[in-house]
Amino acid sequence: MVESQNTQNQNSVCFRTMHLDEAVRHTLESYRGIGGYAQWERILRERPDPNDLIEEMKISNLRGRGGAGFPTGLKWSFMPRNAPGQKYIVCNSDEGEPGTCKDRDILRYNPHQLIEGMAIAGYCIGATAGYNYIRGEFYEPIARFEGALEEAYAAGLIGKDIQGSGIDFDCYSHMGAGAYICGEETALLESIEGKKGQPRFKPPFPAQYGLFGKPTTINNTESLASVPVILEKGGKWFLEQGRPNNGGLKLFSVSGHVNNPNNFEVPMGTPFRALLEMSGGVKDGKALKAVIPGGSSVPVVPGDLMMDVDMDYDSIAKAGSMLGSGAVIVIAEGTCMVKVLYNLSHFYMHESCGQCTPCREGTGWLARVLHRILDGEGRLEDLGLLDSVAGRIGGRTICALGDAAAMPVQSFLKHYRHEFAYMIEHGRSMMAA
Amino acid sequence: MSFRNLPLAIDHERDKSTLFTPEIRAAIDKHIAKYPSEWRQSAVMPALTLVQDANGGWLTQALMDDIAVYLDMPPMSVYEVATFYGMYDLEPQGRHKVCVCNSISCMLQGSEELIEHVEHKYGVKPGETTADGRFTLKEVECLGACRDAPAVLLDKTYHEKLSPDALDKLIDDLE
Repeated sequence: MVESQNTQNQNSVCFRTMHLDEAVRHTLESYRGIGGYAQWERILRERPDPNDLIEEMKISNLRGRGGAGFPTGLKWSFMPRNAPGQKYIVCNSDEGEPGTCKDRDILRYNPHQLIEGMAIAGYCIGATAGYNYIRGEFYEPIARFEGALEEAYAAGLIGKDIQGSGIDFDCYSHMGAGAYICGEETALLESIEGKKGQPRFKPPFPAQYGLFGKPTTINNTESLASVPVILEKGGKWFLEQGRPNNGGLKLFSVSGHVNNPNNFEVPMGTPFRALLEMSGGVKDGKALKAVIPGGSSVPVVPGDLMMDVDMDYDSIAKAGSMLGSGAVIVIAEGTCMVKVLYNLSHFYMHESCGQCTPCREGTGWLARVLHRILDGEGRLEDLGLLDSVAGRIGGRTICALGDAAAMPVQSFLKHYRHEFAYMIEHGRSMMAA
Repeated sequence: MSFRNLPLAIDHERDKSTLFTPEIRAAIDKHIAKYPSEWRQSAVMPALTLVQDANGGWLTQALMDDIAVYLDMPPMSVYEVATFYGMYDLEPQGRHKVCVCNSISCMLQGSEELIEHVEHKYGVKPGETTADGRFTLKEVECLGACRDAPAVLLDKTYHEKLSPDALDKLIDDLE
């Protein structure tokens, strides 16, 4: 029995337009048809105390869906909302964590819910302007989001003195141009300010000194798009969809060696076994070798262990990894783990912003040493060297990209050391043997 | 608080109305209007994209200098941005850009075969342009289309779940 008790609520938050015809599900009319903008209009009419809304968000236990898992309501409460001057809400749609492809579908298929979420967040934190930072390659999602903005402005849902409420909210898109690091929230702010995307040293945190030097909150696309449904159905409803400390539904992007890779919005705590079944099982009927359960930055989990794990923050942490962005990368038996790790390390080398020496130099060392092992020129001492370099990056950099580069290396060597040793000794993959 | 960031606004004393075309200036102005008036530099990324698109897909130093003038930025700050982000090209490009994602999910679903196929059939390595100038092959990092792997960004359009044959058809249809 692998069914989760709440599968009937699948696709009921960020994906609640998914049942509509693909050609029209992104339009204002479609979104209105499922009760869209009702929460925003209630706020415009009744002007509730923002603290009450933030309290509802805290009850919901929504945790940042970009990967860090920081409670959204708590984050909002850090904003000096009554301080004079401009404040900003920024949406992080720089989706680039390998394996993650959920925010793209929110932008394409439910952009109005994101706009409503941004407007509500702005009201809660005292921000009258919002920017949505969308990665530059997302031409189609950008067009969808900008089209939705035009519709929302034309319908008088955003802008100045909206519906005579005295509430202002202007919303803009900002296009990226190909840099994974801009998903780090302070690098993203630097990028909106027209600079290289290099993370800022903290403190000060963005809630004190953010975009253009003003108090700013940055939330992930999925987090913000969840807000209207949380307010509609209540924080308690959302929490109860999942488990204590792991509230709500969550989008999981299942990719890699499965028969039907896809995005699934399911309750937090859904067994991995059920998610794998929804994805059609491992491709070509092979056995499950390993899973990277939360995007490429988190530690790999051996397949047999993963089959007993539930998809929530705490259960995955117990298995030695992290839920991260909810990107579940499935790896089938027969895959060469040296090759997989080289692919990951090459990514981090390419995407390191170059600001901190341990990351800039260390990611290059990791990729080059792995490359030489793959080339059949590995040395016996290389495994120790990889351990050592990874250990000297983690925790020694301004942002988490350093940790993200180190964790895969450490976990692959922990679980699949024999494959690396075999390749060094024989000059070829154990999987080709 | 130790951290301060201020716009690097400088006056170039050049007539902005002679730069680019009226259409491009209008498009850049639409972006400038999104940001506080003292933060014209916030429009540098969309400006680089617009100017690059109008120049056959790449940026010259002269064009970057013009953007610096238009946005009141030091030229070096424009170069920094243009060299930092992967979607700006500072060398001449083919008429089309074929960007094959080779990050983990696409690799597991055969992106390396796509790259090898294009390399052999068209005689180009990643980063190179075909002899007839038709396209530049690029190996890029995660496109965020992992559920539809392997994915290729062809100019501005995603093509997903591609086989070598399907990619061939797309390339054959290019001018």
